Amino acid sequence: MAGQNCLITNEWICGEYVRTRGQELTDATLQHVGITLASVAIGLLVAFPLALLARRWRGVAGPVLGLTTILYTVPSLAMFSLLVPVFGLSVAVVVTGLVLYSLTILVRNILAGLASVPEEAREAARGMGYGPVRLLFGVELPLALPALMAGLRITTVSTVSLTTVGAIIGYGGLGNLIYEGMHSFFKAQVLTASALCVALAVLADLALLLLQRLLTPWARAGKRKKVAA
Amino acid sequence: MSVLANTWTWLTTGAHWSGADGVWHRLGEHLFLTVVCLAISCAVALPVAVLLGHVGKGGALAVNISNAGRAVPTFAVLVLLLLSPLGTHGSWPTIIALVLFAIPPLLTNAYVGMREVDRDVVEAARGMGMTGRQLIGRVELPLAFPLILTGVRTAAVQVVATTTLAALPGGGGLGRIITAGFRLTDTAQVVSGALLVAALALLVEGAFVAVERLLDPRRRRTRIADRKTGGRGPAAPEKVLPPVGNPA
Repeated sequence: MAGQNCLITNEWICGEYVRTRGQELTDATLQHVGITLASVAIGLLVAFPLALLARRWRGVAGPVLGLTTILYTVPSLAMFSLLVPVFGLSVAVVVTGLVLYSLTILVRNILAGLASVPEEAREAARGMGYGPVRLLFGVELPLALPALMAGLRITTVSTVSLTTVGAIIGYGGLGNLIYEGMHSFFKAQVLTASALCVALAVLADLALLLLQRLLTPWARAGKRKKVAA
Repeated sequence: MSVLANTWTWLTTGAHWSGADGVWHRLGEHLFLTVVCLAISCAVALPVAVLLGHVGKGGALAVNISNAGRAVPTFAVLVLLLLSPLGTHGSWPTIIALVLFAIPPLLTNAYVGMREVDRDVVEAARGMGMTGRQLIGRVELPLAFPLILTGVRTAAVQVVATTTLAALPGGGGLGRIITAGFRLTDTAQVVSGALLVAALALLVEGAFVAVERLLDPRRRRTRIADRKTGGRGPAAPEKVLPPVGNPA
């Protein structure tokens, strides 16, 4: 009874809403996670070679960094709108937009991470007979991991948050529920979806932090950890 | 491509630029909201950040606010404010949301700028008998100025972007051209609106970069030093840091 009332009186917090629309919430959350994962994964796959190219040729670094900074400046609603004629009203619009945003931070952080590798470590690896590929994946990449992971965390958290804007074309995960709730003035739906969205961002951040700890066991042995802002 | 041609036609049709739904009116709303909200958030955030940076406390606060600003979706806050009792008060939900999202970059950059001032310089100034107020005004603020301005630039771009999103819950600004285009399933209008918004954001960014170049006191001093020594001054360290801000 009391549960029914909170739907009728349109309250912010409503257990009945969560009970009756559980499936809807799960579907939206899954779409949200899917879009975020796809965007961040593709972003990493594109950013890594771009960063390597930018490191190899200084002439590439300027345009790559400049272009990604310009992309970062474009507001999300405009970015998605500009991609609509290219992909139609499909999920590809949202994923592509989010990938383009992620490049800015990922490329910069991978470059910064690779630049922070001590020259001695490279020399030692070369002296041990490491070729360029083994040097990159065996020595440079592990040492660049802290900067890379810091960038990945920033990117992931802002991707989770930006996915909501995809609601404009119907692929916004939890953003779809916020968008619907906005039109029907459904407070419980808007608040629940917003809270889930923030929770997703926090969870993703913590998961990546844990992953970073697991991937860089040597950092824990160090006395002081520098907290990346 | 027909989309390009249609977009060009849309943008060059005079009727789309005039009237209450026209580009000029929406641009005016957009600029008005941007300037007002940027001014409010600067007035709120900068004094706090400068004082915190001066006394060296609240670093965790500055970082956490910046992280929270990244995790909370702008769109969600806009809709939540619209549905709150504030929602009936015209543009206020939009203005509050814009200010909320402009504060993190302002606060974080100004705080970091103040903290990054060379401690030796601060000690020297204290040793010369400068009071706290003189120290802020003559030493710390001028040295922190570039980063403070970076924060203002980031916040300005953020406000332009957030104002665009404010069109979804029915706020004013250029975003309305995009949302109306989606409602009318008029791709040319959607793309035109998006191009206008992107151009505005890039113009704001560019204007601030130009102002930074002109006003940076350290840059100017380096240039003077260059002229005096007749050589190239110390090259500025190339920073490959992520910009402290988020697309919205």
